Amino acid sequence: MYRSHVLVCGGTGCTSSNSQAIIEALEKEIAANDLTKEVQVVRTGCFGLCALGPIMIVYPEGCFYSCVKVEDIPEIVSEHLLKGRIVTRLLYDETVEGDGVKALNETDFYKKQVRVALRNCGVINPESMDEYIANDGYQALAKCLTEYTPEQVIQIVTDSGLRGRGGGGFPTGRKWALTAPNKADQKYVVCNADEGDPGAFMDRSVLEGDPHCLIEAMAIAGYAIGATKGYVYVRAEYPIAVRRLQIAIDAAREAGLLGKDIFGTGFEFDLEIRLGAGAFVCGEETALMTSIEGNRGEPRPRPPYPAVKGLYGKPTVENNVETFANIPQIILRGADWFASMGTEKSKGTKVFALGGKIKHTGLVEIPMGTTLREIIEEIGGGIPNGKKFKAAQTGGPSGGCIPADLIDTPVDYDNLIAIGCMMGSGGLIVMDEDTCMVDMAKFFLEFTVDESCGKCTPCRVGTKRLLEKLEKITEGKGTLQDIDELEQLCYYIKENSLCGLGQTAPNPVLSTLRFFRDEYIAHVVDKKCPAGVCKSLMHYEIIADKCKGCTACARKCPVGAISGAVKEPHVIDTEKCIKCGVCMETCKFGAIVKQ
Amino acid sequence: MQKKISKLPFKGTPEQAAALQKVIDANKHDSSRLMGVMHEAQNIYGYLPIEVQQVIADGMGVPLEKVYGVATFYAQFSLSPKGEYNISVCLGTACYVKGSGDLMDKLKELLGIDAEECTADGRFSLTACRCIGACGLAPVLTVNDDVYGRLTTDDIPGILAKYGK
Repeated sequence: MYRSHVLVCGGTGCTSSNSQAIIEALEKEIAANDLTKEVQVVRTGCFGLCALGPIMIVYPEGCFYSCVKVEDIPEIVSEHLLKGRIVTRLLYDETVEGDGVKALNETDFYKKQVRVALRNCGVINPESMDEYIANDGYQALAKCLTEYTPEQVIQIVTDSGLRGRGGGGFPTGRKWALTAPNKADQKYVVCNADEGDPGAFMDRSVLEGDPHCLIEAMAIAGYAIGATKGYVYVRAEYPIAVRRLQIAIDAAREAGLLGKDIFGTGFEFDLEIRLGAGAFVCGEETALMTSIEGNRGEPRPRPPYPAVKGLYGKPTVENNVETFANIPQIILRGADWFASMGTEKSKGTKVFALGGKIKHTGLVEIPMGTTLREIIEEIGGGIPNGKKFKAAQTGGPSGGCIPADLIDTPVDYDNLIAIGCMMGSGGLIVMDEDTCMVDMAKFFLEFTVDESCGKCTPCRVGTKRLLEKLEKITEGKGTLQDIDELEQLCYYIKENSLCGLGQTAPNPVLSTLRFFRDEYIAHVVDKKCPAGVCKSLMHYEIIADKCKGCTACARKCPVGAISGAVKEPHVIDTEKCIKCGVCMETCKFGAIVKQ
Repeated sequence: MQKKISKLPFKGTPEQAAALQKVIDANKHDSSRLMGVMHEAQNIYGYLPIEVQQVIADGMGVPLEKVYGVATFYAQFSLSPKGEYNISVCLGTACYVKGSGDLMDKLKELLGIDAEECTADGRFSLTACRCIGACGLAPVLTVNDDVYGRLTTDDIPGILAKYGK
């Protein structure tokens, strides 16, 4: 028995800010103080509060140390672990209350969160199967195999109201029910862990923090639909996730939780990891299956749906990581428990990756129906630097934005679709007044143009044309007619593209056109970028009152665009100016402004 | 997106060839493992020149055009070599919003190469990458396995200096 446990986050966020070195330093210091038998260091998955990383929690006190540096370790060990004196200066300030420590669950960031999919992340050591089992792991699988028929399992999942967390929101129970009756010599369960939306890292955190949960859920799905083989398709950009998942699969196989005759029931199921190689389109289910087969990841037309003809032409169920992560809890705690959370048509919780201009960047799991205001202002801690909230972008390149005046929208599948947005896989990027919405739409189109697989013309050529129009607008060369054509082209691409990528690619444009049309108009009519982002639409100007006529700027200007007599206010010729900004850097009097 | 194909001559060692052969032997019974083999081959050689693609095609029993097709389809397969230090700038949404585009421009200027290129001395190569998931540290770049976060363009010369530029 250890008297103290030190949990250090080993997720990608904290590993990037050097948590590995912190673990090593901890172990060294602990050994030096002869505490190895009393204190255990556990490398866990993601805690969620990535902005404050590297993060560590010391139990039993529950002290939450944030932004820990290697230099801080000797102090933490000698003061806290040896003498029992909490190192107050390193505590996350919201957990300090008077002289005591406030529980993490009572801080604004965690208070409203309900952790189902993430319940083990940041709690257990993901590389230890024993810790997972100690936390009710593999009980759900045992229950399914010994107490329920496959039909009953499907019924429970259907009754829970769980919908696909990858973006589409298709009811998971129905997907399983459509696949189960199809007869074939082989069926497959596929897990989509090809999390490609920029700014989204929910699935990665589950893989890194709780890999056994995914294995258990996939085995349950296998039992429900009658499949004996599963594939997890993971992005190769997630090396930590891949490694931990492989460790977990090997351990489960060793323990007889994968393989033949699981729990002595005769049920057989095994898993294999397949690595992606950086193609966004592979997040689309048919493209993903083509890629698992070792081909270029191009989508194929549906129908036939994967439930009938999926991987290798066999009936296949495909769900994403977060969807699977809910399954064991639904089995253990019942469909009614799960359905008691959320809204009428969106049950349970959803994990969001908060990013962009927000104080607490990181991962949060909240009940469906939580308003955007609660997410951003309470959980996320608001916008830094006193800036004003402008919009939130959900659903990545397939989604849209939610403007400030709809901030009280309860976030669930149907509400978001009603305002032309989508849940997406859970990336939530917050934008403040300094973000240009046209530039944002352009950014996403650059992404989709890059990632369009090229198989169908509306997407391959259409997205390119969309991007060209957006470039024209951000360069100040657009006309009102361009905006109309842009909109028409969007609808054309949506209606005619083969797969989800093309059908949703115009969404960022349509959504910004809907809520921020005035910004588009400002770009084409006034030739101004209201947020001051689009370079071509800005110009440098000298404030005559502040200019002392020192000539420094004129001498530095590489194109000779600045003129004026000594000791007289200077002027910039905007025709000649190349907007390099050297003059502004040179001016000692702050007389040059960018507008 | 068109991939840059290197004009530098292929320099493979017998050790590399032996390592690749081992990978092929372990996987050739299942041709759907092609991508896994290509990942391993890229780990061995650093990139996938046509010579290596040919070996993979022969070993896995698939046509060369299929290997080439897969290599050109996926962003992570590189047809040109990486420098000793590969600098990868995250252009994911969160980093982009926080100014990673400016970091990229500064690097191009200082190294005198474009994205997806390698300097003539083989020391530095520059790539744009998608989100690496360290959004809390945005904007982020990596040099090989070292991660640098919360950067401004003023930090760039210092980082390059660390690697002998």
